[in-house]
Amino acid sequence: MLEMIDVHVNYSMKGQTVKALDGVSLAIESGDFLAVVGPSGSGKSTFLQSLGGMLSPAKGRVRMDGTSLYDLSADHRAAMRKKHVGFVFQTFNLLPYLTAKQNVQVPLLLNGEAPDKQAEKAVELLDKVGLMDRLNHKPSELSSGQQQRVALARMLANNPRVVFADEPTGTLDPETGSQVIGFLKELNSEGRTIVMVTHNPKAADQASRCIRLVEGRITDA
Amino acid sequence: MTFFILIRQELFERKQQLMTSFLTILLGVAAIVSINSITSSSQTAIRKELERLGANVLILPKDATVQNYYTADIESGELPEAYVAKLSNSGIHGMDNLSPKLSTKFEAEGQSFILTGILPKNEIRSKALWQGSDLFAPAALSTEICPTVDLQSKATGDKLLTTKRMVDKLEKDQVFVGSETASLLDITQGSTLNIKGTDFVVAAVLPPSGTVDDSRVFAHLHTVQALLDKPGKINVVEVIGCCQKIFEGLVPKINALLPDAKVVTIGHVVETQLKTNQMMEKISWIFLVLIILVGGAGIANFMYANVNARKKEIGTLMALGAGSKFVLKLFFGKALILGFTGGIGGYVTGTILAMTLGPYIAHIPVYPSIGLLGMAILISVSIAFLASFLPARKAALVDPCIAFREV
Repeated sequence: MLEMIDVHVNYSMKGQTVKALDGVSLAIESGDFLAVVGPSGSGKSTFLQSLGGMLSPAKGRVRMDGTSLYDLSADHRAAMRKKHVGFVFQTFNLLPYLTAKQNVQVPLLLNGEAPDKQAEKAVELLDKVGLMDRLNHKPSELSSGQQQRVALARMLANNPRVVFADEPTGTLDPETGSQVIGFLKELNSEGRTIVMVTHNPKAADQASRCIRLVEGRITDA
Repeated sequence: MTFFILIRQELFERKQQLMTSFLTILLGVAAIVSINSITSSSQTAIRKELERLGANVLILPKDATVQNYYTADIESGELPEAYVAKLSNSGIHGMDNLSPKLSTKFEAEGQSFILTGILPKNEIRSKALWQGSDLFAPAALSTEICPTVDLQSKATGDKLLTTKRMVDKLEKDQVFVGSETASLLDITQGSTLNIKGTDFVVAAVLPPSGTVDDSRVFAHLHTVQALLDKPGKINVVEVIGCCQKIFEGLVPKINALLPDAKVVTIGHVVETQLKTNQMMEKISWIFLVLIILVGGAGIANFMYANVNARKKEIGTLMALGAGSKFVLKLFFGKALILGFTGGIGGYVTGTILAMTLGPYIAHIPVYPSIGLLGMAILISVSIAFLASFLPARKAALVDPCIAFREV
């Protein structure tokens, strides 16, 4: 279970403090598929990052299965992410100097897996996302849709229980976007918790629950 | 995939950037190595030049004074010649050359002169001015080796004769005459000079040196001992001591070894040598510090900028679960590879530069120093480490999203 309790996140911009999250409280049950919508600058990505243990709040608590993430050290939070969490970014965040297969191997390397086991699992995951013919291609040699599929395969490498997706279809054509949403639904059907930030109403419709953020506050839950 | 492959892939992905970083480190280290090589060789050359000032330590009979030494007052006492061997075998460090002498006064054409008995091989090493003169073949006159080599192939005519006599043997009927004495007595090479009833052939007239040697006549030590009926006796041992060793207590050590002798330093010579050596050492250090700052700043600037440019990748790795140690190891691995290869490349380039430019700029030969290789690698790796450490640590300790945002 994921919980946010009165979370405040502030940014400092040109000497002014901007409230990105203004007292957000929310509980997400395990196995849920939550869509987060709202206008640009409403705090959606900040919400996702804070919930995923990637951005410390100024105030409030974030709990994952009862563990308060921000009471842990940065390295312990990293260990939690490695073990339980998968991220999908809008701009994919693939390492540009690695091939598709090597990118998928990175979480396995971080987990201390042997190189041959890493390679075997990476091939299996890339096969699952339909990229068997692109194993040794670097991100610059792949289309946006293919890059997002590599990112999905990488996200799955450590078999996460919780998946955070930040605008996963934002830079994709509608057809590829639909494939990605279908893939997330499939992961949810396997029992994983999905939290997805999106501008796309059709994508949001696929979630089992939807919240709306405006100026750092939840307006519709 | 392994940790090393991750570093290698990152390094070789951007070949242009790799070359730039490698060249930055290489040029920084090359500058450090070349300037240090030239400075170090200059220091050695100056030290050798200082040897031209001659002996800086005198070992005299207990009751003798420095005045007795300069006026060749033979009545002031004697020392056994065996002391030279005793000193040589003593293991005392810092005595570059030992030159035993026995001096006496003699009359010629109504004037008083000084006859000094020398051992040619020892003497030649202490007389840098003689070595620099046209009288001797330079190839034979290394200050490092007693000149016993066969000179037949390296000199010709009269020069060969003069050199060979001087270097290998000084016959018992031969003398060298100082320039001033030669002028007063109007004698030249081949003339005969009567000293205390014995005729000697003038083997050579020494070039002017501006020292007391100009007014002396030199014969073989054993000839003078026979002439004075003092076999195995000397009245001074001139020592060229390493001035730093003199400073560190060479004199008391000799005193302890030869309790019935008197050991004195020639103050102004030692002082000049010490001051010059200390000044050169300070200049070398200043050069080294400056060049490390300049060369190091280039390396540090590049590594710093490189780590900053990688913040998005750092953030991605951390989002995937990499801890701060992993991120630091990644950049340290890269710094180690670049620092090590750049250090070796810089050492080779710097040494070639110094060996090529040294003779033109400083008019001195520059030789490669293996010791500098270790220093070059140490400097380049340390600077690359330090310059990577600060931004990498900063990036590794913040939340991954902060690292993203700073891109």
